[in-house]
Amino acid sequence: MSEKDKKNDPIEKDHITGVETTGHEWDGLKELNNPAPRWWLWIFIISVIWSIGYWIVYPAWPTLDGHTKGKYGWTQFQQLAEQQDEIMARKKVYLEDLNSMTFEEIIADPELYQFAVAGGKIAFKENCANCHGIDASGQGKYPNLNDDDWLWNGDLKGIYETIKFGIRSAHDDSRFSEMTAFGSEGVLSRSEISDVVDHVLSFTSEKEVGDAESLMNGAKIYKAQCASCHGDQGQGDSTIGSPDLADAIWLYGGDRDSVTHSVHFARNGTMPHWEGRISDEKIRQLTLFVHSLGGGE
Amino acid sequence: MNEKSDEDITYFEKQSHIYPQRVWGKYRKLKWVAMTVLLGIYYAVPWLRWDRGPSAPDQAVLIDMPNRRAYFFFIEIWPQEVYYLTAILIFAALMLFFVTSMFGRVWCGYACPQTVWTDLFVWVERLVQGDRNARMKLDRGKWGIKKIWKKTLTHTIWLFIGLCTGGAWVFYFNDAYALWDSIIHFDISWYIGGWILALTFSTYLMAGYAREQVCIYMCPYARFQSAMFDEDTLIIGYDEERGEKRGKHKKGTSWDDRGHCIDCKQCVNVCPMGIDIRDSLQMECIACGLCVDACNNIMDKVDLPRGLIRYDTLRHIEEGTTVGIKSFIRPRTIWYSFLLAILGIVVLYGLMNRSLLDLHVLHDRSPLFVKMSDGRIRNGYDIKIMNKTHEDRMYKLKIKGVDVLETKFRGAAHASTEALPVYADSVGQFKMFLFSGAQEEQRKNITFEITDVDGELTAEHETIFISRKKQ
Repeated sequence: MSEKDKKNDPIEKDHITGVETTGHEWDGLKELNNPAPRWWLWIFIISVIWSIGYWIVYPAWPTLDGHTKGKYGWTQFQQLAEQQDEIMARKKVYLEDLNSMTFEEIIADPELYQFAVAGGKIAFKENCANCHGIDASGQGKYPNLNDDDWLWNGDLKGIYETIKFGIRSAHDDSRFSEMTAFGSEGVLSRSEISDVVDHVLSFTSEKEVGDAESLMNGAKIYKAQCASCHGDQGQGDSTIGSPDLADAIWLYGGDRDSVTHSVHFARNGTMPHWEGRISDEKIRQLTLFVHSLGGGE
Repeated sequence: MNEKSDEDITYFEKQSHIYPQRVWGKYRKLKWVAMTVLLGIYYAVPWLRWDRGPSAPDQAVLIDMPNRRAYFFFIEIWPQEVYYLTAILIFAALMLFFVTSMFGRVWCGYACPQTVWTDLFVWVERLVQGDRNARMKLDRGKWGIKKIWKKTLTHTIWLFIGLCTGGAWVFYFNDAYALWDSIIHFDISWYIGGWILALTFSTYLMAGYAREQVCIYMCPYARFQSAMFDEDTLIIGYDEERGEKRGKHKKGTSWDDRGHCIDCKQCVNVCPMGIDIRDSLQMECIACGLCVDACNNIMDKVDLPRGLIRYDTLRHIEEGTTVGIKSFIRPRTIWYSFLLAILGIVVLYGLMNRSLLDLHVLHDRSPLFVKMSDGRIRNGYDIKIMNKTHEDRMYKLKIKGVDVLETKFRGAAHASTEALPVYADSVGQFKMFLFSGAQEEQRKNITFEITDVDGELTAEHETIFISRKKQ
């Protein structure tokens, strides 16, 4: 480099590497103007060339009234639809069988049964878990579906109908039965209710309940007012939705106060119907899932 | 010393092309033998058969990815038994350390795939383009028909070797005979084709281009092998005492007042790593012994004793003595052999006594338990029975630690605690409900035990029975 050139060259050079600096400086650190590595440059150039092909094939540039469409009219929506179609086609094989076969036939086919239960599990979480809980073990006044205590029929057909038509729902075919609110409607007096509660608790209570007189009176009232639905021994009747009073499970609580409350005001819990809201095959899948929880009859 | 000036500092070492020269001798012969044997093993092993009965493949060495099985002659490993593989790898690593501490880098010099394939590629190079000088001349020369032809031929053969390497690789993961049939009919999946191509190009790249760069910059073993070295480890050493002062020697002149090294640079020319062994032990040296052969040939020619460059220990080279059996027995090697013996016994014992039955039980988490209408408590379990035998088997289940009132198997009418059927070489899955009364403890530890109905195989798994909510 001649003397003249040096003067005309205002660019500072790093004294160790001899590389020009960019003139940028941060706290005494100066950026060197090293060229990008050649492999990097090549990849960059190849990427640029590649992108041109990309513009041709795919939607790329915005225009005044939209964007360039690409040579093959590819869109993300279309891709999504294709993928969904593919999944639906795969499901279709099972769904056809699911709709045409009886529950017993489905259970006898392990692959189809697995498909149905898996689909039912998802549908349960989407539609049912809000009340019955994520593990179907119920909460508050919503019954546990894992156990073998069924207010309405717990066999496959019964579960199917319950889900489809609901309980005390707006559906015409809804499961329906109504317990009298013996207290608030004035059918029984307070002491009569107390006596009949003593009698009901005596079905299951390990401790002595009430005295002989109240029990006798309670039994009489039970026979007249309750036995027609709940049975002589409190065994209930799941065809008409009357609960078993002699088992270990109390949906609304089995202590004296809770039972008294039930007799006084009646409970008459409700469940919405699902026909028309979810497809029949979903209801069938749900039925098999609920039945598979272990309590199904 | 020539101190590098500021101007000369570069940040990357440029790869200089190495043209290893042909050499004859003991170690070169050893290398040919090692290459033949190792490549032979690599290509032949997938074709070996090993009878395992009708329900398992009959390929002696097979890693069956889709079915999650690995077979090695009499050994069969399931994915959950990967600890066998871990133990074998640790054994192999210790073996490497042991051999290294005794004989130096014999792995690098003779057995490493990088060395073997590079050696093969250099051989091809020499076959087509001639020896060192011819190759250098060819590379310096202008491009012409001859050069293009020679280069093309070399690369074609390289790619063909790569293709064979990749082609043989996939046989280890599929039935070799069936796959061979599909390959020659071009009826293979993109998956297998992709592996063949990947191995083809990585072989081509590693053995054709990267070569010594792999050993110097990529291989971790080359970097930490010095930790296994001491003054009693066998290395390739240049006897400086005897060799210096080096210099050209005219036939018939006296050897007094000078070293035996005639500075012919044969040791440098044959080196596949491109180093000068006379600069003493270096990280780049893979201890292949080719310089020993080269130097011995020269020593024979000038009527001097062999061994100016030789396999020896640092101690002996310094003392001017030669290596003896005593060099091999020292605390380091004793420790390594001790560890190897222990680990070998453990691995062998584990493989000989490998259980053919395994049980896993998973307790339901939601819900933890269910109270039934008759007051009984129900817990759910997912049971997995691993039948590693090659026959269909029936198992009995015994539950210890809780009163069993009833058991129910979901979706498996044929199953009961008396008879749980599991197919040969597979996992049987069962969903079981266990009924019992309410327990004293909220969480009770119980044990599931299964027994082979007609055999004496048993397996146990601990689990829990939950019957009350936490207060």
